[in-house]
Amino acid sequence: MTSTPRPAHDQHSIDSVALEIRRRVLELSFRARVGHIGSCLSIADILAAVYCSPQFAWTSRSSDRDRFVLAKGHAGLALYAVLEAIGAVSRIDLDTFGTDGSIFGVHPETHINGVDFSTGSLGQGLGMAVGAALAAVIQGSDRKVVAVLSDAECNAGSTWEAAHFAGHHRLPNIVAIIDVNGQQALGPTRVILDQEPFGDRWRLAGWEVREVNGNNTEALSAALAPSSTGPVAVVARTVFGAGVSYMEGQLDWHYLPMSVEQYEQALAELGGASAR
Amino acid sequence: MRAEALRTLIDLAEDDSRIVFLTGDLGYGVVEEFFRRFPQRAFNVGVAEQNMLAMATGLAEAGLRPYVYSIATFASLRPFEFIRNGPVLHQLPVRIIGVGGGMEYTTNGITHLGLEDVGVLRTLPGLSIICPTDTPQTRSVLEATVDDPSPIYFRLSKQELALIEGREPGWNLEGVDVLSNGDGSVALFALGAAAAGLPLIERLLQEHGVRPTTVAVSRIAPSPCDTLRSLAERHQLVVSVESHYLAGGLGSLLCEVIAEAGLRVRVMRCAVELSPNGIFGSVAHLAKWAKIDPVSVANRILLALEKRPTDTR
Repeated sequence: MTSTPRPAHDQHSIDSVALEIRRRVLELSFRARVGHIGSCLSIADILAAVYCSPQFAWTSRSSDRDRFVLAKGHAGLALYAVLEAIGAVSRIDLDTFGTDGSIFGVHPETHINGVDFSTGSLGQGLGMAVGAALAAVIQGSDRKVVAVLSDAECNAGSTWEAAHFAGHHRLPNIVAIIDVNGQQALGPTRVILDQEPFGDRWRLAGWEVREVNGNNTEALSAALAPSSTGPVAVVARTVFGAGVSYMEGQLDWHYLPMSVEQYEQALAELGGASAR
Repeated sequence: MRAEALRTLIDLAEDDSRIVFLTGDLGYGVVEEFFRRFPQRAFNVGVAEQNMLAMATGLAEAGLRPYVYSIATFASLRPFEFIRNGPVLHQLPVRIIGVGGGMEYTTNGITHLGLEDVGVLRTLPGLSIICPTDTPQTRSVLEATVDDPSPIYFRLSKQELALIEGREPGWNLEGVDVLSNGDGSVALFALGAAAAGLPLIERLLQEHGVRPTTVAVSRIAPSPCDTLRSLAERHQLVVSVESHYLAGGLGSLLCEVIAEAGLRVRVMRCAVELSPNGIFGSVAHLAKWAKIDPVSVANRILLALEKRPTDTR
């Protein structure tokens, strides 16, 4: 079903995909002088686990391929990096990120191979994912849907409209991964609008909840299987800016581009120069 | 129109397994039969119009044809950004049915009136806006657009309205029906259900020796600009009638068309100028209050033509 090469599914290769996502995020955001680095880094392990999982077929051109929705569209660069890693997007194309005329902006759009849904406005992605899952049920297809949400996105009532529909109708083919990195645009989520306990909220909405360390690809990989009895919420506890010490948990990296020195330090921390 | 719309959807869904129906918990007495006939393809999403539009995007991406249903204001304003970033941005065949556009949920008050749906949605390139003028046309419109690949907003009346006098049965895709050709003094354009008043306005004007051209408009977007312009340019006065706020509706469209073509034609917009805050009553009462009922419109036209108005009693 898959038309493009996919990395092997052993833990080591999943971790190397996550590392490659981080390097590309740093390299391209440095070059384009854009922010959202912290958010991209927090989901690098999630995307590596999802896109390397043998449970899903992402890149087929068949209409029966599985569907992925990056509800937290501001981490689009991390999505592009994983699409590059699985061969859906070419390196030469992605190198245009953030330049005039590029199809790669900060938030992903469907002009990009492998992107089924354009996102960016928070609180809209889960509903599209739930619609995609319902479509599979109506059409008698066994295709699956994975959505990655931000924790701040759970501030939005529309996220819960979608969550309640999926829970009420026991949709058996959807997995929502909530990137609980604890940061939102103006501060820590616990300070801005506390949503804890996250797991309980999703459970009350009718979802099976799996809480994992969202920066551990092994734990993530084990938590991704859809459930035949209803929707699954993976509450992924992550570190904002994971992998770069001076970014971890630091709000500034929602916004700032890196200086040359900061970029070199970040690459060094990830184990040397760019993978190029 | 809403009952006929649901009957039509049932007939279409019989042969077309792509059709899925979603309601935001509205449509008592109208939607039940669809649910009975197609339980696997009918969903009440609850009072959750934003999610209804987001889900419709996901359904349409998979090749289905979702028809989402609510009262016009709840179908358009509440989920506006979901319409923009969903069906419109993705160019997917989602159909939004807004019932009771204008001032039809009269005793419910302003929260239930659809007075800016057309104006707000018309700002979105790539969204078709269709306002059937009568019940038979509602069926024709739904049948004619079932394979249209673009998203569509249907503004429906909740009244059942007979085929308008002088209108050819069926529906021309352009959405412009000339009911009568006049003497060149006035061209009168009415949007959707407001077109039901055109024959009476015409008779009232004829009593004063004025023979208007009367035009029923059922499509706002993509706009039938060429046809509207060629009709407007043959007249001294262009008048629009619509149950919608003054800004953004048919009257605005006509002004744009006429100004951009540089026509020397005066425009008079008969639309709702003030918020109906605290105004309750029948459809006729509210229309009269807003001066968009046939008698008020005829009198406004006569005044504009410097003739003596009809006695309104």
